[in-house]
Amino acid sequence: MRKVWMMAALVLVVFISACSSNGGSNSPTNAPESTKKPSSEATEKTEKMYVPVISKGFQHQFWQAVKIGAEKAAAELNVDITFEGPESESQVDKQLEMLQVALDKKPSAIGFAALDSQASIPLLKKAKDAGIPVIAFDSGVDSDIPLSTVATDNAVAAGVAADKMAELIGGEGEIAIIAHDQTSRTGIDRRDGFKNRIEEKYPNIKIVDIQYGGGDHLKSTDAAKAIMQAYPKLKGFFGTNEGSAIGVINAVMEAKAVGKVTVIGYDSGKAQIDAIKNGTMAGAISQNPVGIGYETVKAAVAAAKGETVEPAIDSGFVWYDKSNIDNEDVKAVLYE
Amino acid sequence: MNKTTVVEQKSHFAIKSGLQQLLVFGSLILLVIFFSIASDNFFHFSNLIGILLSTAVIGVLALGSTFVIITGGIDLSVGTVMTLSAVMTGVFITIWGLPIPIGIIGGLLTGALCGFLSGFTIARLGIPPFIATLAMMMIAKGLALVISGAKPIYFTDNEAFMEISLGSVLGDLIPGFDIPNAVLIFFIVAILGSILLSRTIVGRYNFAIGSNEEATRLSGINVRNWKIVIYTITGVFTGIAGILMASRLNTAHPSLGAGYELEAIAAVIIGGTSLSGGKGTILGTVIGALIMSVLTNGLRIMSVPQEWQTVVVGFVILLAVYADILRRRKA
Repeated sequence: MRKVWMMAALVLVVFISACSSNGGSNSPTNAPESTKKPSSEATEKTEKMYVPVISKGFQHQFWQAVKIGAEKAAAELNVDITFEGPESESQVDKQLEMLQVALDKKPSAIGFAALDSQASIPLLKKAKDAGIPVIAFDSGVDSDIPLSTVATDNAVAAGVAADKMAELIGGEGEIAIIAHDQTSRTGIDRRDGFKNRIEEKYPNIKIVDIQYGGGDHLKSTDAAKAIMQAYPKLKGFFGTNEGSAIGVINAVMEAKAVGKVTVIGYDSGKAQIDAIKNGTMAGAISQNPVGIGYETVKAAVAAAKGETVEPAIDSGFVWYDKSNIDNEDVKAVLYE
Repeated sequence: MNKTTVVEQKSHFAIKSGLQQLLVFGSLILLVIFFSIASDNFFHFSNLIGILLSTAVIGVLALGSTFVIITGGIDLSVGTVMTLSAVMTGVFITIWGLPIPIGIIGGLLTGALCGFLSGFTIARLGIPPFIATLAMMMIAKGLALVISGAKPIYFTDNEAFMEISLGSVLGDLIPGFDIPNAVLIFFIVAILGSILLSRTIVGRYNFAIGSNEEATRLSGINVRNWKIVIYTITGVFTGIAGILMASRLNTAHPSLGAGYELEAIAAVIIGGTSLSGGKGTILGTVIGALIMSVLTNGLRIMSVPQEWQTVVVGFVILLAVYADILRRRKA
């Protein structure tokens, strides 16, 4: 019996390692996709700046949009960039490897979106010692090495959602929030940004309830339905991320309250885009990934030239609804 | 010689378990009465339908879990296997463009296959159920992400798919009585489960294995094979839950489902099924699942903060299990 076990374990190990080595060599996405390789000729001739941008991901549309923004800034400022990121957002080690390789190329500056706010600090110290300025983007690092952090100010964006809500429901009535989580940074900022704005500016609007669905579509649906049951006069709903917003849409549709309840969402995705097009959802806030990429490269170049950069750069956000959803600049920040 | 005593014992057991179910059912009624008094908005037809609808997915999962828990085992994989079944249904229907019935069968088979593999690793390889199904939970979670490319699969091209959960066959037959199909399916599955558990050989062996596995084996029953059968049955139920969820959301979302297994297990336990095996009923599980959703819904309607809702549910589970222990001590 014991022998059988050992054999089984061995087979499994061999099998797994075979699989993983296959996966590694087959997946082309690991390879850094260089838009323009820092060729030695170029550096000799014009000493063009080289800025590697290391993101959290690569395949996802959000990161593809960041890349477009980074390339745009690179073209405008006449610098070379490379854009790369690990396959999944759990591959902290892979990302560190990429950062290490980027540092070895002695770049003018680095754009970096840390997957783990602690793990990258030793490498970032190396960058600092070598005099390479680092610009953080999307999320910060627990360190003062990055000269600047480019990210969405979620609290401000949620405040705009609150303004839109007030406008759409006529400045008075009961509304509720389905949030995705009570502890994460985005969860807190979006909820409080919305809530504080309503409390400060619109005394006739009352937030009657805030429930959390963990971003889980089904739980968000049930929570939203219960709130509608408890507050039959409810006029508006704010869902703080994709899952929450879709939960609200489902609940409103199941309760046949489309048109009676104004729904405002956050982020994008096919379901939200469809809901806005067919009128179930009034509109939503989307972060601006193109802006994140653009501002990161811009700040990196400025820092490399020795100019001072703002410690926090707001990459902006977009309010989208039926009226502008087909505009090119809005389309650019949305993903299905 | 002891035919009469067996019969007596049996009827004694029947009375006892009947009493137990009465108690659980009584708690459900008490809860409903409490919330009806506490909030004007609770006892409405639309809200009661809402409660039943929100019970359907977890309820079907719990029904499946009842089978393995009665064997004295556990299945931690039902949450993510449900997701995998939903994703596979999405692959069949949306990506490959196969007809809806084939997609449904594909989803059910996915659940059954996962259940079979869990059962096989438990019964044949001797891996403890807790570990084997923990592994299956991760495998299914990973596969769901891999197969879907970590992106949701939408059923928007197939309007009919949504009808599985949200349409109302009953409403078409009896105007005004528009109970969603998901609720109907939940009750049908419960009745089938109940027949399976109390009227068939599977059910009899299920209880036998849970009460005394060794004795069952010694009396010539192939315990290993029956265990595989039982885990496969749980897998089929899980597949049904996956299809219900996907059709209600009109999406197969690959990151959903984690944590659902614990809610399902909680419903089973509140319903009076013993975690040590050999004891339990389908009716109990249905009531247990209803208690869970009545609690969540009622607390939400009373606008109790979510953090406290979770605390309350925790206490209810403790109470339910303790009541069970007290009852057994008396007996």
